[in-house]
Amino acid sequence: MDYFHGYSVVGLVAVVGVLFVSVAFASGRLLRPVVPTPEKMLTYECGVDPVGGDWAHTQIRYYVYAFLYVIFAVDAIFLFPWATVFDAPGFGATTLVEMFVFIGFLAVGLLYAWKKGVLEWT
Amino acid sequence: MNDALDVVLRLVAVLVVFLVFPLLVGQTEHKVMAHMQGRLGPMYAGGFHGWAQLVADGVKFAQKEDIVPADADRRVFQLAPAVALLPYLLVLIAIPVGPRGFVGETVDAGLIFVLAVMGIGVLGSLMAGWASANKFSLLGGLRTAAQLMAYELPMLLAAASVAMAAGTLSLPGIVAGYHWWWTLWQLVGGLVFFTAGLAELQRPPFDMPVADSEIIFGAYTEYTGLRFALFLLAEYAGIVVLCALTTVLFLGGWHGPWSGSAGWVWTLLKTAVLAFVVIWLRVSYPRLREDQLQKLAWTVLIPLALAQIALTGVVKVVTS
Repeated sequence: MDYFHGYSVVGLVAVVGVLFVSVAFASGRLLRPVVPTPEKMLTYECGVDPVGGDWAHTQIRYYVYAFLYVIFAVDAIFLFPWATVFDAPGFGATTLVEMFVFIGFLAVGLLYAWKKGVLEWT
Repeated sequence: MNDALDVVLRLVAVLVVFLVFPLLVGQTEHKVMAHMQGRLGPMYAGGFHGWAQLVADGVKFAQKEDIVPADADRRVFQLAPAVALLPYLLVLIAIPVGPRGFVGETVDAGLIFVLAVMGIGVLGSLMAGWASANKFSLLGGLRTAAQLMAYELPMLLAAASVAMAAGTLSLPGIVAGYHWWWTLWQLVGGLVFFTAGLAELQRPPFDMPVADSEIIFGAYTEYTGLRFALFLLAEYAGIVVLCALTTVLFLGGWHGPWSGSAGWVWTLLKTAVLAFVVIWLRVSYPRLREDQLQKLAWTVLIPLALAQIALTGVVKVVTS
């Protein structure tokens, strides 16, 4: 019961937030002028007419970072529940060593990626 | 009935803090930057040292025309500021200010909740960057994404170290378990957390995604008026949240001399000092280049955070 009460208040905050933004946008609509011209609606590109399409081609240079991120993020999910119990009676040093082995694997993976030059932006 | 009134009061308090504290940080930033750079800063609005400058800015923003570029993805473009702003409001409810339940709402897994919700804010920048249909915006949005991926990890790991030290994920629980020597014990973690938080907020020196001298204003280039103001508010609300979180996790929150009845003063004081540091860093350091930024996260902060976790674990097991 307590559990749901806590999160229902959090939900109410979200509702308040949505209301705040809606009221702000609605009152903004009443307060501001609306005088669109084709020039105003142009995409901004240093003051000259935009060149080429809207979405430019860009290199996604960091997809390997994305892989690394996913690996470590999963690790973090394991880490938090473990963090609350690892020093409880009956766990202690063994539990700690087990987690070190796990983190050690990740650290070696990071070192490997570093050595391979994955962590270079260019 | 009393319960309902209690909840309403808490909601109002959180909303007021959310709307006032960022303005205070903003005004402080004007003044501190001006003094550090040997100039006056805004002096006219409101009479006394330009105290009403941000109110005047707000009035200006509210009556400016709201332009959505013809090529933009209209709905996403319009929603983006709300997505960037609201997570910080949600986070505020879970941050404890004083002992004995002086907190918006005790969320049992508060630490996870706070970190997870803060991550959503970056989606707003990504939405803005993509929906603007502008080359600068897109570049800025992609840099934002890269920055989030790099700095979310050290932040999580540093926070995990505190959770290990306290043995709980509840934010009031963490502060309640605090002893003064924790700050020394968790010093590395604290520095990593604060640095990574700065980077997530895209504050200088980590403001590559909005670097004005090369990509105008990154993902926010096409925004005007109220929507632009909401993005700015999100940045300053982010500063408040980051400083409050660092205070709660690493600086002992309400603990301090004579904190018996006025613990909340300590929390606010520590948060204010950290906010001052955030402004100070902006004035002091040049912007990091994109590759330096990635390198700092992956080769310095993450190894440091892992080392802190090892230290925390060993100390905890040896002393228990």
